[in-house]
Amino acid sequence: MTDSSLMPLWEVFIRPRNGLNHKHVGSLHAADAKMAMQAARDVYTRREEGNSIWVVRASDIVASNPENSDENFDPAADKVYRHPSFYDIPDEVGHM
Amino acid sequence: MPANTEQLIEVVVQIADDHLILGHRLSEWCGHAPMLEEDLSMPNMALDLVGQSRALYSYAAQLESKGHSEDDFAYLRKDREYTNCLLVERPNTDFAHTMLKQFYFAAFMHPFWQGVKNGTDNTLSGIAGKAEKEIGYHIRHAGEWIVRLGDGTDESAERMNDAIEALHPYTGELLEVDEARQSCIVSGAIPEIAPIQTQWNATINNVFTQAKLTVPEIDYPQQGGRAGNHTEDFGFLLTELQYMQRTYPGAQW
Amino acid sequence: MYSQGLIGANTETEETQEFLDAFQARIDAEIKIEPNDPMPAAYRKTLIRMIGQHAHSEIVGMLPEGNWITRAPTLRRKVALLAKVQDEGGHGLYLYSAAETLGVSREQMTEELLNGTAKYSSIFNYPTPTWADIGAIGWLVDGAAIMNQVPLCRCSYGPYARAMIRVCKEESFHQRQGYELMKTLAEGNDDQKHMAQDALNRWWWPSIMMFGPSDTDSQHSDQSMKWKIKRFTNDELRQKFIDATVPQAELIGLTMPDPDLKWNETKNDNGGYDFGKIDWDEFWKVVKGHGMMNKDRIRARKKAWDDGAWVREAALAYAKKNEKQHSEAA
Repeated sequence: MTDSSLMPLWEVFIRPRNGLNHKHVGSLHAADAKMAMQAARDVYTRREEGNSIWVVRASDIVASNPENSDENFDPAADKVYRHPSFYDIPDEVGHM
Repeated sequence: MPANTEQLIEVVVQIADDHLILGHRLSEWCGHAPMLEEDLSMPNMALDLVGQSRALYSYAAQLESKGHSEDDFAYLRKDREYTNCLLVERPNTDFAHTMLKQFYFAAFMHPFWQGVKNGTDNTLSGIAGKAEKEIGYHIRHAGEWIVRLGDGTDESAERMNDAIEALHPYTGELLEVDEARQSCIVSGAIPEIAPIQTQWNATINNVFTQAKLTVPEIDYPQQGGRAGNHTEDFGFLLTELQYMQRTYPGAQW
Repeated sequence: MYSQGLIGANTETEETQEFLDAFQARIDAEIKIEPNDPMPAAYRKTLIRMIGQHAHSEIVGMLPEGNWITRAPTLRRKVALLAKVQDEGGHGLYLYSAAETLGVSREQMTEELLNGTAKYSSIFNYPTPTWADIGAIGWLVDGAAIMNQVPLCRCSYGPYARAMIRVCKEESFHQRQGYELMKTLAEGNDDQKHMAQDALNRWWWPSIMMFGPSDTDSQHSDQSMKWKIKRFTNDELRQKFIDATVPQAELIGLTMPDPDLKWNETKNDNGGYDFGKIDWDEFWKVVKGHGMMNKDRIRARKKAWDDGAWVREAALAYAKKNEKQHSEAA
């Protein structure tokens, strides 16, 4: 089977309600964007899961390489001064 | 002037039968669709249609006040007592026929429900409010498929043309106004047919143009469903639909 | 580059002892494995086989129940059944997607199902001759499936676990739907009672076989447990299912078709049912393709796939034409 005979894969993102982010919910196959949108509606919103849909061609997503995970994400681990609990203030101040 | 109740019931049952039979036909696809995504889409539409038929049968039962249920209407009438239009009972044949059938029907029902929503019958207007949205999606879903099949491959175009040739003669019945409908139009429960016909034509033309398909001239329209004169396939559909109720009369399920 | 799909990506790993130990340590620490993480080839292979089988089971499982959609006895039952069978299709779709993250395409998996190299749950090779079979499938087959699926929500492979969470959420109505249907029959007239008991008689043994061969005979169990793909053994899940289901049958006045079924106060820790000998010859006969409906099921799937080819081709051809037009316009 050649690649051109494969139905493209799409990633589906749904916003459960206004005020929330779109969240990845799964994937599906469709020939083009309109069909992907309809399929997303039919597959992923059967139980009132959301009020807005994004579909993105899976091949258009650029992802970080897991081999670079250590250098990407570990350096943030010791920067404790970025967090409020790093700083001491008198209890009397109350919430700050 | 309120509609004559007998005639209102007649019209409500006609619409209910349209929805039940079309939904039933569509449900025959379940598990056999051309791709998995479509195996989710078609049942969605079928559930909308059967759901609408339930609301309508219940309303007919209420108007009639003889203690009948939705299931008495759906399962226990004789073939001549079903008054759906012939279009909806036509066999699925293939995906082109099926999508075209859905599209023709939805293109009619959408403006029809819009009219009913603003009409004088409160119960029907409530049903229409929900149905209008559901059927709006059917136009879109079936319409997008018709565009792709009409303008896809040589084979798909040929199949679309076959479907048009087979089904277009049945579309006139959707727009037919019998005595009962006329009475409901006069009472304001259902809308005038002329503007609906205009919208129906526009919807069909728009999608057919995109799909590179031609709307045929029909010299000999097919009709009879509203009077209970059905095609041969209908008996088999009823045989399946009614099997349990007929085999085990009076049982609760 | 990675999205959910890894089709065509290079997924080879050099499996030194150090690599395997590090992988096992991650599993033991309950850190989920995600699609682009390095993983042993055997882990990938096991998951592809398992998720693929699971997906196929959902899709083939649409057929025996779909068989009754047009004959459902009331409109309420009709919409419930249609929505349920549709859900099974959805579950197949989620699962194929999860398998695809491991580098296998849906087309490839479909081909393996149709040419018989991929397996699916044998339960769906039994026929559904009566309406009561719809009740029995919902109650017993979905009941057994849920026993299997709940622990899979904690499976070590992220996409599979996430798919299962969605599946389990949706499936909660399936078993209730089946049990309610059976209860209605069991409380009905003699024909209906007989129909219900007959269906239970036919489905009980196949449904407890669904958990697979006994732990002593299962070839895949040990490693899958170690990798936390599976969390319980076949026998543990089977016992749990039997213990949960027997009282449900009693409650609606149906009799389990097993004369050796007896509560045993001392079984395991909290007691459990002793049950009769499972006919594994029957199980293997159906697994090997000789059940009543094996050939029909695959034939039906093949027909849907073949009949749908022109539709898929048309959609792709249209997309290609339009892409060209768009890029020309731009």
